[in-house]
Amino acid sequence: MSSINSTKPVGIEVSLAIAEAVKLAEVEVVAAYPITPQTHIVEHLSDLVANGELNAEYVPVESEHSALSACIGSSAAGARTFTSTSSQGLMLMAEIVFIAPMLRMPIVMAVANRAISGPLNIWNDHSDVMSIRDCGWIQIFAETGQEATDLSIIAFRIAEDKNVMMPLILNLDGFTLSHFIEPIIFPEADKVKKFLPPYETSHKLDLNNPLSFGLLGGPEVYTEARRDTDLALLNSRSHVQRIFDEFAGAFGRQYRLVETYKTEGAETIIVTIGSISETAMSAVDEMRAVGEKVGLIHIRLWRPFPVVEFRAAVAGAKNLAVVDRHISMGFPEGPVGTEVRALMYHEKERPRISNYVLGLGGRDVTRNHFKYIVEQVKSLGADKRQGGYEMVGVLE
Amino acid sequence: MNKKVDIVMEAAFKISDLPLGFTAKPGTTRKFKTGDWRSARPVLDRAKCVYCGFCYIYCPDGVYRDMGAEKYYQVDLDYCKGCGICAHECPKKCIQMIIEEV
Repeated sequence: MSSINSTKPVGIEVSLAIAEAVKLAEVEVVAAYPITPQTHIVEHLSDLVANGELNAEYVPVESEHSALSACIGSSAAGARTFTSTSSQGLMLMAEIVFIAPMLRMPIVMAVANRAISGPLNIWNDHSDVMSIRDCGWIQIFAETGQEATDLSIIAFRIAEDKNVMMPLILNLDGFTLSHFIEPIIFPEADKVKKFLPPYETSHKLDLNNPLSFGLLGGPEVYTEARRDTDLALLNSRSHVQRIFDEFAGAFGRQYRLVETYKTEGAETIIVTIGSISETAMSAVDEMRAVGEKVGLIHIRLWRPFPVVEFRAAVAGAKNLAVVDRHISMGFPEGPVGTEVRALMYHEKERPRISNYVLGLGGRDVTRNHFKYIVEQVKSLGADKRQGGYEMVGVLE
Repeated sequence: MNKKVDIVMEAAFKISDLPLGFTAKPGTTRKFKTGDWRSARPVLDRAKCVYCGFCYIYCPDGVYRDMGAEKYYQVDLDYCKGCGICAHECPKKCIQMIIEEV
């Protein structure tokens, strides 16, 4: 398939659209392991490079572990670097994932979120990325093909920003986004050039100014080094929104750290991450139509967590119904539920927080699931502190 | 910080002094002696030494130095980790590993 050159909506598989966006970003190195659970993202990038449409180095490595290792090397050489993975691939990559933030390598990685084994399953949920939650990368979720395309370009701008210099994971739901065909408007190449200038840095391997990367950090400095990375990640929050705003100025599509939908006057707010937010919006529309005071918040920036924006967005709600697509084994709640509860615990006006785990391993999430959740919240007792926890639809 | 309780402050660097990406200029071991966790040291009996250079060649840390006219190789104890490979490989068995006293 040849490269896209159109400003009108094009029907295209989202994986291919991401590859096209990465091409528009004029990536210099792509290192990837091309075997399942991979997506068409790197397959299409490989086509683009082989056809001479993208002037980049494509490094087909022998494992996901090597893929990210090669990316760190390439980023340390000062090249704009991209990779993509999913599910078990991310698990194998995990060892290297945790190293890139400390090295401050602005690699962009698309993760098509899929289940992890076992049992063997590569359908959509958030088990993969939630397992590396604390890795130190900026983590953003796309909900539609358009968002995944735009954010693929924005991702480089954020990661490489002189005030940020952090690797970035762009999450998109496996299959429900990665393998679906959607109408997508591609940002114009000349405008992308302006929005995203070539990557230039002095933080690289340079014969004239030699540096050692990947040092030992003993007990006398490890704590400081980890906190340094943590501070860099926390500090990136405001820059993410600034760059979202700049993108909106140039291309007309506005993104926010926390997206809200019909939250005004909402007594119950559903909290989601990822593509099910689209389904949830339809469910909210239908519930609003019959008088339910319900709204929706979708968390776009998962790390660093937009604490201030989140608290502001849920202010006034009586109930939060937090949806998780990952099971935190051995704890009576999913990770998003736990974090939301922790964030709200000290608030004066604290909503009742319930947590619902659903959509694991590719199980469908429909509008009715959200209506069901709202019904459960409404049927809770009078005690404001007693929220519910349920794995929705599990047969016991 | 609550000062009523003393905690051991082991930190050797401030966060604000750390370079971007935790990098370093090359040659840091000139400043940091890396042999201080050695549990045994090689001691050479120069009377038996035939100046063959096996210790120099086999040393994985490259801390043996050719003493030239004096016809032996001297270990640099600032960096020797005490692995004992030199003693094991010495054809004349003239290197002994002596336990380090604390």
